[in-house]
Amino acid sequence: MKNKGYSNGDIAHKSENHTGLEKTNQETVISSSTANKESFEEAPLKTACLTYLGFYLLMILGYINQLFFSPKVAKEENREGYPPLYEAFESFYSRYVYRRIRDCWNRPICSVPGAEVTLKDRVTNDYGWSFEFTGTETKCLNLGSYNYLGFAANSGPCAEETEKTCREIGLAIPSPRREYGNHKIHIEVEKLTAQFLGVEDATVFGMGFATNALNLPTLLSPGCLVLSDEKNHASIILGLRLSGATTKVFKHNNMKDLERQLRRNVIYGNEKTGKPWKKIMICVEGVFSMEGSVVKLPEIVALKKKYKAYLYLDEAHSVGAMGPNGRGVVDYFGLDPKDVDILMGTFTKSFGSAGGYIAGSKKLIDNIRANSHAHCYASTMAPPVAQQILTSMKIIMGLDGTDEGKNRIDALARNTRYFRRRLAQIGVIIYGHEDSPVVPLLVYLFSKIGAVVRILTKRKIAVVGVGFPATPIMEGRIRFCLSASHTKEQLDYALQVIDEISDQLGLKYSRKSRDPNPIEY
Amino acid sequence: MSILLVGEIFSILLNTPTYVLVIEFILTASVLCMIFVRSGPRDNSGRKRKLTKEEEEEAIKNYTPEDLIEELGYELSSKTVTGRVGKHITIDGKKCLNVATHNYLGLLEDQTILEKAMVSLKKYGVGSCGPRGFYGTLDVHLDLEDKLAKFMGAEEAVVYSYGFSTMASAIPAYSKRNDVIFADEKVNFAIQKGLQASRSTVYFYKHNNMADLERLLLEKIPLHKKNPKHRRFLVAEGIYMNTGEMCPLPELVAIRKKYQLRLFLDEGISFGTIGKTGRGLTELLNVDPLEIDLICGSLEWAVPSVGGFCVGSHFIIEHQRLSGLGYCFSASLPPLLTQAAITALDTFEEHPEMFSELVEVSKKVHKELASLPKFKLSGDKLSPVKHLFLEDQQKTVEEKILILEQIVEKCLSNSLAIVDAKYLLDKEQANPEPSLRITVNRKLTDDDVKNCVNVLKNVSNSIC
Repeated sequence: MKNKGYSNGDIAHKSENHTGLEKTNQETVISSSTANKESFEEAPLKTACLTYLGFYLLMILGYINQLFFSPKVAKEENREGYPPLYEAFESFYSRYVYRRIRDCWNRPICSVPGAEVTLKDRVTNDYGWSFEFTGTETKCLNLGSYNYLGFAANSGPCAEETEKTCREIGLAIPSPRREYGNHKIHIEVEKLTAQFLGVEDATVFGMGFATNALNLPTLLSPGCLVLSDEKNHASIILGLRLSGATTKVFKHNNMKDLERQLRRNVIYGNEKTGKPWKKIMICVEGVFSMEGSVVKLPEIVALKKKYKAYLYLDEAHSVGAMGPNGRGVVDYFGLDPKDVDILMGTFTKSFGSAGGYIAGSKKLIDNIRANSHAHCYASTMAPPVAQQILTSMKIIMGLDGTDEGKNRIDALARNTRYFRRRLAQIGVIIYGHEDSPVVPLLVYLFSKIGAVVRILTKRKIAVVGVGFPATPIMEGRIRFCLSASHTKEQLDYALQVIDEISDQLGLKYSRKSRDPNPIEY
Repeated sequence: MSILLVGEIFSILLNTPTYVLVIEFILTASVLCMIFVRSGPRDNSGRKRKLTKEEEEEAIKNYTPEDLIEELGYELSSKTVTGRVGKHITIDGKKCLNVATHNYLGLLEDQTILEKAMVSLKKYGVGSCGPRGFYGTLDVHLDLEDKLAKFMGAEEAVVYSYGFSTMASAIPAYSKRNDVIFADEKVNFAIQKGLQASRSTVYFYKHNNMADLERLLLEKIPLHKKNPKHRRFLVAEGIYMNTGEMCPLPELVAIRKKYQLRLFLDEGISFGTIGKTGRGLTELLNVDPLEIDLICGSLEWAVPSVGGFCVGSHFIIEHQRLSGLGYCFSASLPPLLTQAAITALDTFEEHPEMFSELVEVSKKVHKELASLPKFKLSGDKLSPVKHLFLEDQQKTVEEKILILEQIVEKCLSNSLAIVDAKYLLDKEQANPEPSLRITVNRKLTDDDVKNCVNVLKNVSNSIC
């Protein structure tokens, strides 16, 4: 904990206002758990202006387009006289703006989403309204899937043991846990998960999204306050909405803002009623999937203790991917898992499976088992999904008697640092923490998202583009997800291509000094 | 000059009606109040002020939040299932006849479905490692969506990776704040969550009572006239999970037309069970699927897989690909489970006799259960899901739950797996009556049915 540059009581932070237009290129260096390791470089003013201009141009073109060309799916049939089903702007945006680069998303694949992935080629003959398959396939380097530890595989111990389990107990158990869906294999997964995370108990669910959406309402009720990070995932936001608790949003990873809100709410209570809050919960993610940032956990734990709040930590992108033992951000910062009241995570990413877990004290888990919406009404986790988790988690923990898991964790950490440093050397702006395997590369302009994704596909690299409304209008980005199964040669190839296209497309926005020395792998 | 001005003001005051003056005064006073009076602590003389640093620290020290969660206070009964679940289920080591889990067609034990899923496992691995938008769309997902759309006679289908999240995501994708939803009071919990997530105004009508629905609609007409832009929806289940009853679909469609509502139908149970070829309620009651705006179904009950789907016109379904939360923000359905669903649909088409077989068993079970003396049977005779309510009306809900639990235990010791439907009573919309939920399996023989009813009869006689 000490060598992470963290000092208790000094809740520091750096300039976070990366959406504004001011030139705050210089970062204040204050002692903080992630200072010096995390970067959110501002875009040059010119780029910001151009981005807005580009976006408005797209909108205007869209409106002109709408005037002259009626869309192919504009009409709802047999519903004359009904109020329109969709908001005008919503359908305009998806039809005339998003459609232009629609080909960059929902791309069908036909292989394991491993280090390489095979795309099914498709073309559009009507400007993105519809697609046709050409019948050909393209094998691409996969920088798009969440396969952090490389457990997405169709052979090897995971696939073998999964097959065995399916033959033994079938593909599904169509009953909720509270009825007859409590299978031996679920109990095994829960025990192992608790052991892996170093907590008393854990319980698992069939879907990661639903783990948040259906369990937050169990923990909260009206009269409770939740302080939620502004970049939290949709599932957390939905869960909070269903819980009926009051939600206030604090600036992304901004400890000063969090403390200000905590303080005010502890002292003054609910300002509408004057009553103190029943309980206050801080909701954060371990690694934020769109920002690539890592939560400032040591500071949050200190704040939570000081203000007697509870902490809900969503480790969807960090469990397996962070920490020397792959146990997530708690492990990364060397903290005690008991300092986090509710540990939540998913098995989709690092474990190559599906579903999610909640872990913590036995008291908490018992209560969730009894009152969770998912345990009472939704079908349980399918046996193949459970077996994949068991096998991959045992490998990560080294219970299979090999170094395989450790090697994978190390490989991911090495790939992450190497890839991030090389990108910085190229001179593009990347967001986030140096150890986060999610790497957003800022391209700003909406049209550049499409251009980069298309060109990279031509060069046989599959990446994800993200734009408005998933990010602010200003911050269109390309996201790379690294994996332990990427080799140095694969990364070098990707970096070389990115370097080339950055010159072509003008992506080298960074004004930081570049490391002149070659980066070691 | 100044005298003139004073005179002018005086005459204005005189000519203004008193009530206007009063209103103006109140308005001014409240604005001043809002500006100057702030909530917060007061000092001794009653004036408000900010706390000092020490007082703030004191307040922080004195703040005692509630516990994160209450002690459960009781031991959660946990029955452990081992082995493969099918017509029989092994609970705590005892093999029982299974009338408790949803496996209407008995496809969980189908070897072809398993083998094809294993081929898929060897091609794709287990997880899809991403949401549909980000390289999580596999060719099998597109195949399944095509097949579902064709099977249901719709333009397009969308597949979700969790049954619960299907209806719970579909409703808020369309219905927003200010919109109005009319829903049956007995809709299942997933729909209730969807209604809540939409933040729309929801009106519940009495279970399957069309007169009550019309009364509600008529009552709300003035409201609708005021806001004609607000969308209005009608939400119902094909066969209700909580009662086993079937909804009067033709009447619902007529009401939809008459009052310009959009109809969402959850065919979770009815998909793959009723209708000559298993296409659900629309087929059984001969209703054109186009009359229903959105049909949702489950891949967890008749189909031996996981997940759910929605079908409808391209205009409707396309929207969920960007706005269905559980679709956009969740990893896609594991490919081997997708393959299992595809193979099950193929089986539906190859063996349409399955559905008439199931209906026969459902009818038989219905007839036998109706003869039980201590219970009131609820559910359509064609429905594979039936509820047995306790006849005794004197008992409280807690007493009934206890009795049903005892019945379940005794049935288990007699090698019959039966379940008392579990609800989160404090979270449910309309307090569901405690019941035994019976699910029919196509593979049940006459002897199985007789045996099941006999056990139930003996057990209930000994307990009630």
